Amino acid sequence: MTAYLLKRLIIAALTLVLASMVVFAVMEILPGDPARLMLGMNASAEQVEVLRDQMGLNAPLVLRYLRWAGGLLSLDFGRSYTYSVPVIDLVRERVVVSLPLALIALALSTIIAIPVGVFSASRQGRAGDTLTMGAAQLGVAVPNFWFALMLIYLFAVWLHLVPAGGFPGWGAGIWIALKSLILPAIALALPQAAILGRVARSALIEVLNEDYIRTARAKGLPYRAVLWRHALRNAMIPVLTILGLQFAFLLAGTIIIENVFYLPGLGRLIFQAITQRDLIVVESIVMLLVAAVILINLVVDFSYAIVDPRLRGRQ
Amino acid sequence: MSLLEIENLSLAIGATPILKGVELTIAPGEVVGLVGESGSGKSMTALTIMRLLPHLARADGRVAFDGIDILAATEDQMCALRGDDIGMVFQEPMTALNPVKTIGEQVAEGIRWHTKAGRAEAEDRARKILDRVGLPEAKFPLSRYPHELSGGQRQRVIIAIACALKPKLLIADEPTTALDVVLQAQILDLLRDLVSENRMGLLLISHDLAVVTEMADRLTILRRGEVTEAGDTARTLSEQQHPYTRELALASMHVPARPKPHLAGSAKPLLEVENVGRAYPGRRTSLFRPAQPIRAVDDVSLTIEPAQSVALVGRSGCGKSTLARMILALDKPTAGTIRFRGEAITGRPEAALRPARRDMQVVFQDPYGSFDPRQKVEKLVAEPLHLLEKQPAKPERREMVAHALHEVGLGPRDMDKYPHEFSGGQRQRLSIARAIITRPKLVVADEPVSALDVSIRAQILDLFAELNQKLGIAYLFITHDLTVARAMADEVLVMHEGRIVERGRAADVLDHPRSEAAQALVAAAPDLHRAIARKMQEQG
Repeated sequence: MTAYLLKRLIIAALTLVLASMVVFAVMEILPGDPARLMLGMNASAEQVEVLRDQMGLNAPLVLRYLRWAGGLLSLDFGRSYTYSVPVIDLVRERVVVSLPLALIALALSTIIAIPVGVFSASRQGRAGDTLTMGAAQLGVAVPNFWFALMLIYLFAVWLHLVPAGGFPGWGAGIWIALKSLILPAIALALPQAAILGRVARSALIEVLNEDYIRTARAKGLPYRAVLWRHALRNAMIPVLTILGLQFAFLLAGTIIIENVFYLPGLGRLIFQAITQRDLIVVESIVMLLVAAVILINLVVDFSYAIVDPRLRGRQ
Repeated sequence: MSLLEIENLSLAIGATPILKGVELTIAPGEVVGLVGESGSGKSMTALTIMRLLPHLARADGRVAFDGIDILAATEDQMCALRGDDIGMVFQEPMTALNPVKTIGEQVAEGIRWHTKAGRAEAEDRARKILDRVGLPEAKFPLSRYPHELSGGQRQRVIIAIACALKPKLLIADEPTTALDVVLQAQILDLLRDLVSENRMGLLLISHDLAVVTEMADRLTILRRGEVTEAGDTARTLSEQQHPYTRELALASMHVPARPKPHLAGSAKPLLEVENVGRAYPGRRTSLFRPAQPIRAVDDVSLTIEPAQSVALVGRSGCGKSTLARMILALDKPTAGTIRFRGEAITGRPEAALRPARRDMQVVFQDPYGSFDPRQKVEKLVAEPLHLLEKQPAKPERREMVAHALHEVGLGPRDMDKYPHEFSGGQRQRLSIARAIITRPKLVVADEPVSALDVSIRAQILDLFAELNQKLGIAYLFITHDLTVARAMADEVLVMHEGRIVERGRAADVLDHPRSEAAQALVAAAPDLHRAIARKMQEQG
């Protein structure tokens, strides 16, 4: 077990280092001088040169990489060119919106998908299965912003249960803040649940044909008990894989939903930074997301080992 | 009174009839053998008793267990019976246990479910029954997972699950087919003991007449869903009133005719294996000691002469398949040399191996797994032709394929079919056709008939013998089945833990084994003659 975990951990660390090099290299290649950008078009060449020296941009490449990477480790990402505030402050403001949103959406998606998958798989080919899988097909096909608009119309405009958009901040109280996250979370979760439900169903159907399911039935366990106790855990590996991919997407790929709900999340920050050529912010957020994805993959690898003893190796 | 009574049982899945008017009874403490070839409905009979039939299956007739009408019982009643009063053991121990649960959990689960016992009590009982089936706690704690056990040990766990609550009836569906003969004998002994300890009824399902004869008090023979003959084991098999019974018995003991026996030392050896070894890196047990390598094959030497038939026998895991892979140059020895027709094949580049590969072909055990289902027979059988120096043109190639098919008893029209259109036996003929199309000098056959029914098996053995006589092909049979060795081999080599421990003329080794490993194999191998004789004494 420890050997497996250690190996995964080392691989994750190496991936992170490699990714940081790639991100740094790409930023080096991109055209545009940050000093020139900050000083404006009218600045003289000497002024630019002085600022470049101050910013350390004239140092050798390796030194600049090490300085940057060292900064990342101590959470010093540098200063935003356009806002002139530390990048870490910008990011921190946004993460407290994006991370809870992603977590709620992921939880919702799992809570919907697993029972749907179990229901469908246990009624394979019958009306209940056809109906739920038809609905899931619809859920995969319909874009999430359309769900978002329908949800706003129903719960905000019509029923006045939750605000239609914006985020009051966690300072306004947890319940009030949560209320403004619930609709976007549902809009994000529905298509994910549809995909995850289909994966859970097909994984379960495969497992239900295994010999050990028959062994469990021959013990006298009713079908439902066999499904939950024996089949589900064996079907978890593909489900966990998809879940990991979905979490990574939910952290970074929520720009459209954030725009529909006027949420100050990471997606909007990176979008703004790109349009304003605020490269240091882009660089930092990309690095942060890379780290998040690697971390998620590590967690997924660990959960594989929890689910399947064969991956732990012999003691 | 009978424990189980099956009367006029008919079963259909959709519109396909599976069973027709099956009759069977089992009394407490009685062992009844259900014999038949694949597809005869043996397993379906068992699943009907358990009411674990596939969807769309419809059963008619009467199945009564201990006074309960099984076909009319509710699902709740059936759940109460399964695992408590009726236990079942399945064929494939490698896949019949849940890989993510410990053996303790899996044995205790049924106990807890039926007796409502607490966790500690259930685990205590699980420990006792595992100990009873030969998995003592000291060596096999409850926390073991199935992948940490061998096939024979897993089958013991499955028997423990089935027998944990002392069922009145145990159904064992091919419980030993996937195991080697020594393990088979151990598992059969265990089942026999459990029957006499608990006065349990046992329905033993098998395609192997010898196994059933050794075990069963009475026999029921099933063919195409119908009972052809039933009665006391000794009488049924000694009188053989029904022609199908005689057919089965003859096929089980079939020895193909080889009018021209091979004369040892008559020619220069075709294959020479000299001091060959294959070691795998072992696991490190300590940081400071180097890992001990595992010697799968250890210092093995053998020779095969042209047209000679050699059987390499041994238990599963003894290294016989590893040796075969090295002879076929699919794996590299870590020691020693292998020469084919006087030329070394060890350590040579792939291009230089082409002539050797052409003259040395292989037939595998599983006729289902060794063909690409999307290719036609013409292409599949012609596969080894790329080893020829001159590639034949298309008409010539079709001619060669047709000829090879003819030699194995198939027609030229079969060339344009796909593998799924053939039965298991026909598919094994196809793999033999593929093996002989390049006119090889040596064919290595790895368990070529273990997956086949007895009658098909007899035909395939005949085919091997005929090709040996007609084309002078030498064979290396790799098998754990001594009847194959007896029927086909001039010489027998016994392998044990990577070494060859005994060699000699087939009859000598099989009738008078000298080494311990060979004696164990011979003693464990089921033999129909012996089994019938013993039953005759028991049953008068």
